[in-house]
Amino acid sequence: MEIEFTLNGKMTYEEIADDTTLFHLLRRKGCYSVKCGCETENCGLCTVLVNGKSRLSCSFLAARANGCEVVTLEGVEKEAKLFGSYLAAEGAEQCGFCSPGLIMNVLAMEREEILDDEGIKEYLAGNLCRCSGYMGQLRAIKKYLSRGEKRDEL
Amino acid sequence: MIRFKNYVKAENLEEAFALNQKKSSVIGGGMMWLKVQSRVKMTLVDLSGLGLDGIEEKEDEFSIGAMCTLRQLETHEGLNACFNGVFKECTRSIVGVQFRNGATVGGSIFGRFGFSDIITCLLALDTYVELYKGGLVPLEEFCRMKSNRDILVRIHIKKDGRRAVYASQRMSKTDFPVIACCAAQKAGKLYVSVGARPAKAELVVLEENQNCLKEELAKRASERFTYGTNMRGSGAYRKNLAEIYIKRLLEALDQEER
Amino acid sequence: MNYKMRTVNTSVVKKDAMALVTGKPVYTDDLAPGDCLIVKVLRSPHAHALIKEIHKEKAERVPGIACILTYKDVPQKRFTMAGQSYPEPSPYDRLILDQRMRFVGDAAAIVAGETEDAVDHALRLLKVEYEVLEPVLDFKQAKDHSVLIHPEEDWLSLCPVGADNKRNLCAAGREEHGNVDEVLKQCDYVVEQVYHTKANQQAMMETFRAYSYLDAYGRLNMVASTQVTFHVRRILAHALDIPKSRIRVIKPRIGGGFGAKQTVVAEVYPAIVTMKTGKPAKMIYSRYESQIASSPRHEMEVHVRVGADKNGILQAIDVYTLSNTGAYGEHGPTTVGLSGHKTIPLYRTAKAFRFAYDVVYTNCMSSGAYRGYGATQGIFAVESAVNELAEKIGMDSVKLRELNMVKEGDIMPAYYGETLNSCALDRCMARAKEMIRWDEKYPRVDMGNGKVRGVGVAMSMQGSGISGLDVASVELRLNDDGFYTLMIGASDMGTGCDTTLAQVAADCLECDLDEIVVHGTDTDVSPYDSGSYASSTMYLTGMAVVKASEEMREKILKKGAQYLNCPEDSLEFDGKRVYQPSGELEISLKDIGNKVMCFNEDMLTAGACHTSPVSPPPFMVGMAEVEVDKETGEVELLDYVAVVDCGTTINPNLARIQTEGGIAQGIGMAMYEEITYSSKGQMLQNSLMQYKLPTRQDVGNIRVEFESSYEPTGPFGAKSIGEIVINTPSPAIADAVANAVGVRVRELPVTAEKVYWGMNR
Repeated sequence: MEIEFTLNGKMTYEEIADDTTLFHLLRRKGCYSVKCGCETENCGLCTVLVNGKSRLSCSFLAARANGCEVVTLEGVEKEAKLFGSYLAAEGAEQCGFCSPGLIMNVLAMEREEILDDEGIKEYLAGNLCRCSGYMGQLRAIKKYLSRGEKRDEL
Repeated sequence: MIRFKNYVKAENLEEAFALNQKKSSVIGGGMMWLKVQSRVKMTLVDLSGLGLDGIEEKEDEFSIGAMCTLRQLETHEGLNACFNGVFKECTRSIVGVQFRNGATVGGSIFGRFGFSDIITCLLALDTYVELYKGGLVPLEEFCRMKSNRDILVRIHIKKDGRRAVYASQRMSKTDFPVIACCAAQKAGKLYVSVGARPAKAELVVLEENQNCLKEELAKRASERFTYGTNMRGSGAYRKNLAEIYIKRLLEALDQEER
Repeated sequence: MNYKMRTVNTSVVKKDAMALVTGKPVYTDDLAPGDCLIVKVLRSPHAHALIKEIHKEKAERVPGIACILTYKDVPQKRFTMAGQSYPEPSPYDRLILDQRMRFVGDAAAIVAGETEDAVDHALRLLKVEYEVLEPVLDFKQAKDHSVLIHPEEDWLSLCPVGADNKRNLCAAGREEHGNVDEVLKQCDYVVEQVYHTKANQQAMMETFRAYSYLDAYGRLNMVASTQVTFHVRRILAHALDIPKSRIRVIKPRIGGGFGAKQTVVAEVYPAIVTMKTGKPAKMIYSRYESQIASSPRHEMEVHVRVGADKNGILQAIDVYTLSNTGAYGEHGPTTVGLSGHKTIPLYRTAKAFRFAYDVVYTNCMSSGAYRGYGATQGIFAVESAVNELAEKIGMDSVKLRELNMVKEGDIMPAYYGETLNSCALDRCMARAKEMIRWDEKYPRVDMGNGKVRGVGVAMSMQGSGISGLDVASVELRLNDDGFYTLMIGASDMGTGCDTTLAQVAADCLECDLDEIVVHGTDTDVSPYDSGSYASSTMYLTGMAVVKASEEMREKILKKGAQYLNCPEDSLEFDGKRVYQPSGELEISLKDIGNKVMCFNEDMLTAGACHTSPVSPPPFMVGMAEVEVDKETGEVELLDYVAVVDCGTTINPNLARIQTEGGIAQGIGMAMYEEITYSSKGQMLQNSLMQYKLPTRQDVGNIRVEFESSYEPTGPFGAKSIGEIVINTPSPAIADAVANAVGVRVRELPVTAEKVYWGMNR
């Protein structure tokens, strides 16, 4: 079947099998940032944005992407570099395999609501990391979210 | 891997129902469990084009479409205001936000899963399931029904002034629950549901008794359920947990009142 | 020569950071050619069985299938999949495909095809007739069981590790110092207990994977997510029965290892497919396969006896470890040693000690290397026993350690007789006490709301490389314009060693970090390195970098002298130029780098190989604060503090992240992760839905500080940090729970239900 959707800002037409997942389609189209870490929707590595919401591309049918706006890390390179530089400044991007999924969910979180530490952890709970122990990621996220705030307001 | 043969986006409920009568068909709601169900010759009937993804607050009830996501349930202001935030409580521990952006109310309920926080919570409220052919069925009755090829269209939760509180215990914060409990109170009656026993949630209704200690009430309530053993816990432990959490929920309801 | 620390001990950003955070395609599956044959393995549903017949005709006829291999199609030379220096202590007990299935998930056949669909279809059509045999699933019954896991005549043990396949023994041993039984009899206080740790999965985010192809010379090239490129080359040569010179192994960016990829788990399958078909082949392990057929931590049952006199001075320590190596012997003989060698030496006062062990085969998944490598299991046991001893004596468990812990300058009879040249364990303990406010909180604080808080402590040591064995080499090259290429054989698995080794080089060569280009690892190009395991990378490879840098400086000076036409001893090199301190003459490094491209006979390359007769231990103290629900037994981890002595921290940020990450994994082992089997030998935690890795909500607040000693044999005083960081959480958390509610959990993980029954016995 044929679908039509916006991928990273560009209108895209694709011929897909009925059971193609968005994950496989995205990698086929060169979005190698999207990773797969499990088969049970537990790891969050495959997170992308669909119509602004963070979704697990491994269990999202490509057929359903018809008419949608899909964004991967490749489509938000500027924001990725910006938030990524906070991660890098903590040394918190270790093997990097969980980074794309985490960054997409952080961007979704930033757009959705303002949260305290516990709220941030809960929002990102579906993004597993085995290398960093999560502390460095939280330090980076907090610094990133409060960027541009004047020191005396903090 | 998700594997199936045909994808059909249903344009109306009649079409969805007709397609679903074939043994090789599966309804695609949130599709979070599709990998487990995958069969090579399967037809997937997608309901996402039927406009069933809204939460409507009416004067006497909430009408929630089957394609509403768990995240919508979690964040809906009206629902949480009306029921003391139980909808946030019973959804927040489910895997992660991305998962809840996909999983649907219909999928959670139709599956009648033992581990379902959602069913446990809804059972303590005045909830009805709206089936396409079967019409309105009280949730408790629906849970006891055998799974058939009907389509779950909506659920209805009556706004009857019930106050509800929810608690669960998990081995890690986003794991399946070891036990799930919900208690609601209205007009001298206590509605107590316990799920993840590990079997699916069941409801017990008690008379509120001011003279009876909460511990005693909780004990009586917990004894009305049966409990089993699985990887996450023993039946004996679950029974004790149910008693403890029901007591705590009853105490919380009391506090709320004051 | 002593160099100033300029980038060393600073938190420079990793060289590959931006590529990783912008999702660049640098991992194995991103690099694999699009036309790779897809390789999958048919896995045995039985824990113990013999293949009588495989019917593959129908499967072979599926369009797109390139080959289907069975035990009849593979070389009959047994080998080991363990990534260890040759000759390996691990027994040679594997074939690429065997007729005997030894665990649920063991490989019965290999299928390769053009698409995943074709391969899956063929797998469904394969019919295997099994003769099902009785499995041995209880490791306590395995030794001398009538059922043998490896009865074959061509099973081989190259090293004297006490292995005996006719007794289901993969290794056995015993060491004694003094008369432990006599000394224990004299003790005023004795604790004798048994502690049980389970198998755990490393569960790195990137599963096992590799692809292979034949290059222009007809050689087998393998790109693998591995920690041990050189061992992979040797193991493939053994497995395929071809010369090592016909194989090349390349490591790209990898998504975590933690020891899992120190075993050659996936590589043999695409390798043999490429050899048979001549085509590129790729295998990506699913998470399911990575859970049931991988290389997890060895399950161990550790029997500990510790005795002290009435003043709390330890007199004797007796450790017996029973280790479950599973279906194959990888890392079985070697992990068990650490359960004694990295525990007993923590205590300087014990007059007598004994360490004995048995490592047994069972029909469970084959165990492998996981961070800590046996020390983790031993530390849980010994530190728990010491905490129980403190309880028996009625002494604060921190004080008990202060009285008995090893000190800098000690000679350690329980640690190969090595002298401890660098140790800040006492400062670690003191600082950790302050950080968690131990004196206010020990042993417990009742919160008055049905919850009670408790604190617990544990300390640990590890090693830095394997003494007398591990070899690390590097090569440095000076390029035009004066930048350097640093060729390493060590594997950066996300830890950042590409960057930290460059830091060492930059400071030795007195140049900017950007002037060092790091290349690793490719067996055709990189100098030999045992691989990234045993916490050897900074200590050994880092020292090789120091040595190579020194040689490079000498060569630059010599060349500069030649160009300036003046004696070498009148010149100095400051990283930017060769110059006369008491004169005018100078030539820049840039000019030297450019001039040597013309009419020159002196290669400005330097190489060094380093090994060490000693393995100086890093040290660590971990303290946990938990809150226990007195009714349900639920345990909430509130706070975890850790103070680490890894010698100098080459990159404080990366050292901190290593520690936080290791502690999180340790918390998983302590509270959430478990591997168990059904009565038929099926591994039950076969997905991330069942095997619960800690999420960011499950690790409480982790706080890390460093108390640095200075190790004279390490680069800039550094020891190691990679493994020690996972060892303290299990005993510290179990201790905190015991202090809170009086329930001592001796079998991991610590769960609410165990605490509940402990309180309600």
